[in-house]
Amino acid sequence: MERIPILKMGSFLLVTVQVDMHDQLAMNLQSDLTDKIVSAKARGVLIDISALDIVDSFIGRMLGNIASMSRILDAETVVVGMQPAVAITLVELGLALTGVRTALNIEKGMDLLRASIG
Amino acid sequence: MSVLQQVLANKEAEVLSAWIAEQASDRTLQKGGSKSDALKEQSAELLGALREGVQQGNGEDIQAPGWTRTREILTDISAHLIKRGLTPAEVATFVFSLKRPLFQLVQTATAKTPEVLANELWTTNQLLDRLGLFITEVALESREKTISRQQTEMLELSTPVVKLWDGILALPLIGTLDSERTQIVMENLLQEIVRTGAGLAIIDITGVPTVDTLVAQHLLKTVAAARLMGAECIISGIRPQIASTIVHLGVDLGDVSTKATLADAFAVALRKLHLMVARMPHSGTSTE
Repeated sequence: MERIPILKMGSFLLVTVQVDMHDQLAMNLQSDLTDKIVSAKARGVLIDISALDIVDSFIGRMLGNIASMSRILDAETVVVGMQPAVAITLVELGLALTGVRTALNIEKGMDLLRASIG
Repeated sequence: MSVLQQVLANKEAEVLSAWIAEQASDRTLQKGGSKSDALKEQSAELLGALREGVQQGNGEDIQAPGWTRTREILTDISAHLIKRGLTPAEVATFVFSLKRPLFQLVQTATAKTPEVLANELWTTNQLLDRLGLFITEVALESREKTISRQQTEMLELSTPVVKLWDGILALPLIGTLDSERTQIVMENLLQEIVRTGAGLAIIDITGVPTVDTLVAQHLLKTVAAARLMGAECIISGIRPQIASTIVHLGVDLGDVSTKATLADAFAVALRKLHLMVARMPHSGTSTE
């Protein structure tokens, strides 16, 4: 079964979504990520979706869920690299992802995580 | 041969001079330049075309090919009159002013036979009414074209995204925000955020005349989309009346930070970037 790799960088986890997300893939990512946060004692999660051209309402909600779950496990989630078209679509769908922190690119996302975790 | 046909064929000059006199006495048409030679020429041309149209026996169906020339001339005249500032209804009076002279001549030609007179008047009346409606329609059409062209031009009036500082963008909005404009504004802003890597955007609504629930919704959407891209938005330029409208409408701006002026918002943005503006030492002597 295909999975999205989760890389460990210090106390952060890095997830780069390079393929089109379908529902099962997102569910797998969610369970893998929560497992990995616990096993790696991660303090922050960076999800890069710059390669995603399409995000539907399910994936949008999944991102929100992942952020909430990580927060419960004491890890900050930052979603980075969202395409303008994706941002507009999500807003039109009414999914403003209010609980998720966002950054323009990986670099800024890293800064944000470092600043909030210290 | 109908009476109308005869009148137009034999007494064209008479009709024309009577018509021009009629136009000259009409106040709305005076505004349209009834005394100018251009309109007189066009009147003569129209009368000629009318004669041909009637002769070809196309009856009252003015969409028939026999009336092509008449329609063309009417279109020209309508453009001419609209340019002079006449309303479509006033343009129609141009055609209707032909009624009296034409009716009088038809009447004298058929004075001895009342049934024929009634019949002829009816057909003539109907024909002129149709022509009048046609010229009104053309006039309205040209206005609608102008309006739609202006609309597209307004959309093209770009909503510039201005870079105020490294990492600070400003979006001065002018005019009412509808869905279509919001879409363009949003796209421009997001693209600029990607291009410049800015983390702060100031949306200035000084030039937005009114903020109703819909406009507020559009603003919030823009803010939410920018946030998804990792940029924070500050809304500035909120006038007192707009603040009270927003509250009275019960619009919830959420946790979007708002400032009264663009300068205030810029100050906040600078502070967020840990920058400060300081007065230069010896500023008085720098111009010696």
